[in-house]
Formats: sequence, structure tokens, C-alpha cells
Amino acid sequence: MTNMFNRKLIILLACLLVMLLLPPVSQALDESYLISTMTRVLIFAMAAISLDLIVGYGAMVSFGHAAFVGLGAYVAAILSFHFNDASGLFGLSISYQGTDQLLPILIIAMLVAALVAVLTGMISLRTHGIHFIMITLAFAQMLFFLFVSLGYYGGEDGLPMLGRNQIPLIDTGSDSAFYYLCLAFLIAFIVFGRRLVQSHFGRVLLGCKHNEKRMRALGFNTYWYRLSAYVIAAMGAAIAGVLLANKTEYVDPGLFSWHLSGELLVMIILGGLGSIYGAVIGAITYLLLEQIFSAYTEHWQVILGPVLIIVVIFARRGIYGMLQKKWSQNA
Amino acid sequence: MPDIVLSTENLCKNYAGLQANYNLNLELQRGEIHALIGPNGAGKSTVVAQLSGELEPTSGQIYFENNDITHLAVFERARAGVSRSFQVSSVFDEITVLDNLALALQAHQRHSYRFWSSVKRDDELNKQATELGQQFGLEQHLDVYAGTLGHGEKRQLEVGMTLAGNPQVLLLDEPMAGIGSGGSKVLTEMLDGLRGRYTILLVEHDMDAVFALADRISVLVYGEIIASGSVDEIRHDAAVQRAYLGESA
Amino acid sequence: MLLLIEQVLNGLQLGFMLFLLSAGLTLVFGVMNLINLAHGSFYMVGAYVAATVMAATGSFLLALLVALASAALCGLLVEIIVLRHLYNRDHLDQVLATFGLILFFNEGTRMIWGRQPLFMQIPDYLSATVEIIPAAPYPLYRLVIIAVGLLVAIGLFVLIKHTRLGMRIRAGASNRDMIAVLGVNIRWLYSLVFALGTMLAGFAGAMAAPLFAVESGMGESILIPVFVVIVIGGIGSIKGALLGALLVGLVDTLIRAFLPTVLFWLFATSSANSISASLASMGIYLLMAGILAFKPRGLFPA
Repeated sequence: MTNMFNRKLIILLACLLVMLLLPPVSQALDESYLISTMTRVLIFAMAAISLDLIVGYGAMVSFGHAAFVGLGAYVAAILSFHFNDASGLFGLSISYQGTDQLLPILIIAMLVAALVAVLTGMISLRTHGIHFIMITLAFAQMLFFLFVSLGYYGGEDGLPMLGRNQIPLIDTGSDSAFYYLCLAFLIAFIVFGRRLVQSHFGRVLLGCKHNEKRMRALGFNTYWYRLSAYVIAAMGAAIAGVLLANKTEYVDPGLFSWHLSGELLVMIILGGLGSIYGAVIGAITYLLLEQIFSAYTEHWQVILGPVLIIVVIFARRGIYGMLQKKWSQNA
Repeated sequence: MPDIVLSTENLCKNYAGLQANYNLNLELQRGEIHALIGPNGAGKSTVVAQLSGELEPTSGQIYFENNDITHLAVFERARAGVSRSFQVSSVFDEITVLDNLALALQAHQRHSYRFWSSVKRDDELNKQATELGQQFGLEQHLDVYAGTLGHGEKRQLEVGMTLAGNPQVLLLDEPMAGIGSGGSKVLTEMLDGLRGRYTILLVEHDMDAVFALADRISVLVYGEIIASGSVDEIRHDAAVQRAYLGESA
Repeated sequence: MLLLIEQVLNGLQLGFMLFLLSAGLTLVFGVMNLINLAHGSFYMVGAYVAATVMAATGSFLLALLVALASAALCGLLVEIIVLRHLYNRDHLDQVLATFGLILFFNEGTRMIWGRQPLFMQIPDYLSATVEIIPAAPYPLYRLVIIAVGLLVAIGLFVLIKHTRLGMRIRAGASNRDMIAVLGVNIRWLYSLVFALGTMLAGFAGAMAAPLFAVESGMGESILIPVFVVIVIGGIGSIKGALLGALLVGLVDTLIRAFLPTVLFWLFATSSANSISASLASMGIYLLMAGILAFKPRGLFPA
């Protein structure tokens, strides 16, 4: 038991060390695109963790999670747009002081995502199974079309951001500083995620996943617990969205697309459902596979597709599940 | 004047024209073990589902402590003190026995919107859960995963979880089903130990258990209560013998 | 008034197109309990094959036949190689695997046919217009789609209600164990149902090919409205699929046609145009959310 615990700790520390050393090493090797790639991986890992919270721990299979990533990203881009041209949002002449700052933007993005999640979740959570999958997809599509039609904010073409948001003491314009910022956020996500799933709330969520009827009979108002989880997940995705907009300094309605929602699902299933580390591993694996295959051929999806199918058929508990099985056999 | 805890008034339930329950007038007196028996398909589970709130009655009322609870949600009834167990054991296999009991207790705390502190290290909760486990003889198994328990022990846990939060009424849906004679003996003793502390509606097929435990019995046939009375009265009721006991004997 | 009739016909045409796709998908949901994101890929296969055969031979009927056969064959292969292993799995596993299938098919068509969209000619004998009402010419081809959709719908109802195969399909949808007891070979029944569904999808693709650009990814843009249809109709119900498809087809078409006028009339501002464009695209999703809010299992839950 302690043996296994130690091993896990050593692996975690090793991973952390690799992550910390990545910017100087890749700069030394003159491969600084690695920093950009890994920043993207870190951000998607956050989005995947937030999705796993409802899919893996709450059995709410949302096929519209990208919508909250998109909302976060658009909050950052739209506020930055108004900051720079000093025009009013919805024609209101309010002051935009501070909207170039990352922290207030994160809070606004989380509030917006929470509001949308409450409204859509209240309807979606009345349904179950395939219906829940489809209704979350439908709500995401609605947002997709909404942002396509917002011609003022670029419509289908998207909206560029003029420079990254600021944060005191850190030069977010530097790619390695931004990388470390994202790494810090990811670590915070992991810590918060692990606390959450082991908390009183987390156990109620687990109960709802396995037997909601029983939970109601015990006296839990399961609807509000599930809705709360849905809202928390949406806020997590919005944070990832803000960071993603800052990373690429550009947003477009594709962020709301069902394709991105699907990819997020693929990441958490690939990594292993219902584990925070699994979500991180899934995000890393998926994005790196994408990178590797696309280096060989422009038709990399024709390889990735069957690989995913093989993973589903043969590796039923995802990569993290397989690793855990192996560790517990060796220990 | 008997002290009635839970009662129904002309309770009816139709499924697409099919009468599952018809004009049920059931009264549970405080502290009694009241058995509800009847052949398969008589509508016993429908009664439990309506009392616990999973099914909305077609017509009629349900009263608990003189309050109309006909339209209360399942969780509201559970928190008010009407607690049910399931015919198919519905314990949470992935967590330990102690954690199952703790989860049941959590339902009766003010709320569980606590996102940061570890539930495993909630000493007060664990203490209460341990005490609950000791009440019905699962103290040996507190640290094992519920999924590894035997059938009988699972059923003990299932019933034990309904005791969390000190409910007034227990609705036990066939607790003896599928656990063998050894298991049902242990469970019979456990339920006997609860006598007087709770008001129990016992839906059961196992006649040995029913006659050993029940203070009063109601007999449900084709959705209607054809007889209600003490164990002796039911044993000698001609209609019951014709409709029910006669057919199984 | 003329405009209204024309738009209703357009709505029906879209509705029957959606029905061809949703019939197969809803059967697969209902009978095999399988969620198949890749259903649109067979629509795409149908469209590509039809466009290719038409370009090579000039025969529309031959193009249709080959498209139907290839979609059915693709469906059969996919069922045997991949989906057969996933019937008893979690919906999530099915989502992931069929997502993989989408990637494969989309990229595969790009490899075979390139990135440029294909276009397909309507045969001369179908390219006429007819005046159903005087002075309002309407394209014959769209009427043909409506007629064909209606025929397929009738055919499916006869198949499901009055044939042995239909009885087995219904039995499979309501009670899987019973059908095994009856001694039906479930494995082949499932393959058959799946291939039938993909054949209908391929048919829809072939019929749609002359109307839209044939390109990689075309399956997904129509698949999502198809999901809306079967969720509104009630999963597993052919009747629900038909009514859902017509409802979605009409609502979508009519909102797009008339909302700008209505909004302009109400608000008389130039922004009415852009608002109505977004509202029109969101229309069917609002419809679905509204229906599910009151009937969480759709209009005709199976």
C-alpha cells in the first residue's frame, strides 16, 4: 500500500519536473513550438477535468461542454475588443477599466457560464440517457449559431484579441510565462478536483451516478446536487476558455462546435473516466497523437479514427485504468 | 383511539386503464409492525411506491402525522421521516459499508454542499455511522466494500441505511427476498430488535417471517385490501384462505 | 399565399429528407440501444457514390442503385467489424467509437475524392418545373423527393406492421430476451436492421446530392437536425420519426422564410435581419428544448 503510494508520488513529481523544465529545454533545443503545443495541452486538460466531473463522477454525459469553453473564450475576446475600441457593450457606455486584467475577466467568464449552465441545466437535467446527450448538444448548437450571427463580433470569421490579458507581476505576453501560468492553473484544477470528488458533495454526486432513485429515497434532493455539479463544470470550462482565447489571441464560433465537445469526451474516455489524472492523461494523449499522426500524413484522421475504435473495444477503462490495474498487480 | 402515524384514504392507482390499487384504506399504528401480504401482482410494490412518493396516486390521499403528504417529493418524505428499503438491494457497491451508512446520514444533515473538506475524515459523521452499524450487527464489516458483502449482509445494510436520521416509518419492500433461510433468520431477529422504536410496514412473501414479526396484517388481492387484522384473525379469515393462503398451501 | 404554399412544400421536402435519415437511426437506437454518431457518414457515402456514378454514366437510376448498395454494404461492414462489439456497452463507448468512425469516413472521402466539393446534375426528365397552382412554377425534383419520402414511409410502416421481419424488429425493440427465446438469430437481425438504416441514409444522400454540394463533413451538418428529429419524436418510434421530421422540416423552413418579415414589421429596424438570422438557425433547437422540457422522452416514447 505505502509502496504503491510512494510510486504514485514519485511519478507525479517526475511529471511535474518535466513540465517545469519544458520551456528552458525546448528553448535550448530551439524547438519553442513545443511550449505552444504544451500550453494547448494544459488548457485542454483543464477543460477535460471539468467535463469528467459531470461525465465520470456524475454520469451526466454532456455533448455540449465545448459551449462553456466557447463562452469563456468569447467573454475574454469581447471584453478585450471593447477595451481597445472603448465602445459600449450593448450600447451601454460603461467604463472598461480593468477589463484587460485576467482575474476580473475570469470571474466574469465564470459568472456568465454559470448563468447559462443554470438556465440550460434546469431543462437538460429533467431528461436522462440519450435525451440528455442530445439536449446538451442542442443547446451548444444554439450558442454556436448565436455567435455565428453576431456580425458585430466577427460572426463566422471570429474575433481577434489585441494582446493577452494582464496579470500583476507576470508578463503574459511571454510564451513561457504564459505556459507557467497555465501549468499553475492546471495544478489548481487538479487539487480542487481531487478535493471536490472526495468531499461531502463529491460523495453525493457519486451516489447520484450509481443510483439516483436510491439517493432520493435516502432524502437527497438529487436534482439540485446534479445541477450544482453541472454549473461547477461549466465554470471550469469557462476558465479553460479564457485561457484558450489568451493563448491563441483569437476566438471563433468553432469553439462551440459539437466537434470540440466530442473531442473533449474522447479525451476523458481515452484517459479513463472518473479520475482526475485520467482526464489529464487523456488530453495529453489525444493532442499528442494528433500531433504525431499529422506529422506523418495530412490524412492523419484516417489513422486516429480506427485507433480510437480499437481503444474503445480493447481498453475498456481507459489508459489510467490500465495503468492502475498494472500497478496493483505489481504491488 | 389508536395513534395513527401513516394512513391512506381511498388510494387508487391506475396504469393505462389497469387498476393496480383500488380504494386502499391502510392505517399504521405507532410502533407496530404491519405486514402487507398478497399474491404476486397484487399491487404491493405499487403501494410502497405511492407511500414513498415515487408514484403519484391517481386519486386518494396519504397522511403522515396528520399532514397530507400526497404530493410531497420522495426526498421530502424521506427527510420528514418516511424511509424505504428496496426489494433489489440498492447499496452502493463501490464504497465501504461505513461510507454507505455515512452517506445515508448525510441525507439528514442540513445540506451536503461542502466542496472542500474530506468526507472520509469527517469524524463526527464516521462516529454516527459506526453507531448506526452497531445497531444491527454490521460492526465487523464496516471497512469492507459493500459490493463484497454476501446477499444477507447486503440486505442488512439495505435495511440499516433506512434507519439513518431516525425516521418514524420504515417501508420495507420484501427484505427477505432471495437471501435464503439462514439470512432471513438473521434479518428477522434484526427487525424484531427494531420493534417499538419504529413503525414498520413490512411487505413480504416469506410467511414464517410475517407470522413471526407482524402485529397486524393486511391482505392485498387484485389491488384491494380484502382483510386486515391481527395475525390470528387473518389466519382464520375465510376470504383470505380462499384467495391467498389456500392457493399456496 | 403563393409564397406560403411554396415554403410549405420546401418544408415537406426537407422533412422527408430528414425522415429518410431518422428512420434508420431511430430503429438502431430502439432495437439495438446503440447511439450512432456516424449515421451521417452513410448519407455522405450515398451522395459521393451517386455523384460519381452519375458523372461517369449519366444514368440517374443507376447512380441511385449503386449508392443504395454501397451505403448498405458499408453499413454491413461497419456493423460486423465495429458496432457488433458495442451493443452491450455504455453509451459513452458508443459515442467514442462512432466519433472515430466519423473521422475515418470524412478523411477517407477526402483521400478518395479530394477536398473540392462535387456537384451532381439533375437528370433532364426531372429538371422541369410544374405549376401545381397556376403561375407558381415549382421544381419537379423537389416534388419527387416528397413523393419518394412518402412512399418510403408507407413501405416502412407496412414492413414493420405486417411482415415477419417487422414483427421481429418490434419484438426486439420491446423485449430483447423474448426474441432470443423465439429462436431468432439476433446477430443477423441486428446486421439487417443496421444495413437497412444505412441504406436509407445513403438513399437520402443520393437524393440530396443534386441539391447540395457533395463534400466531406456533409453528414454531420445534417446529422444534428436528425438527432433533433428523433429526440422530438421519441427514440425508437418510426411514427415519431416521421412526425418529428415533418415538424422540424416545416418549422425550420417557415421560420427562415417568414421570421425576417415578421420581425421587421414588429420592430422596423435594420438589426431585425441579423437577429432573425440567428433566431432562425436556433429555431429547431428551441423547439426541441421546449418539447423536452414538457415531455422529457419525446412526443411518442417507445
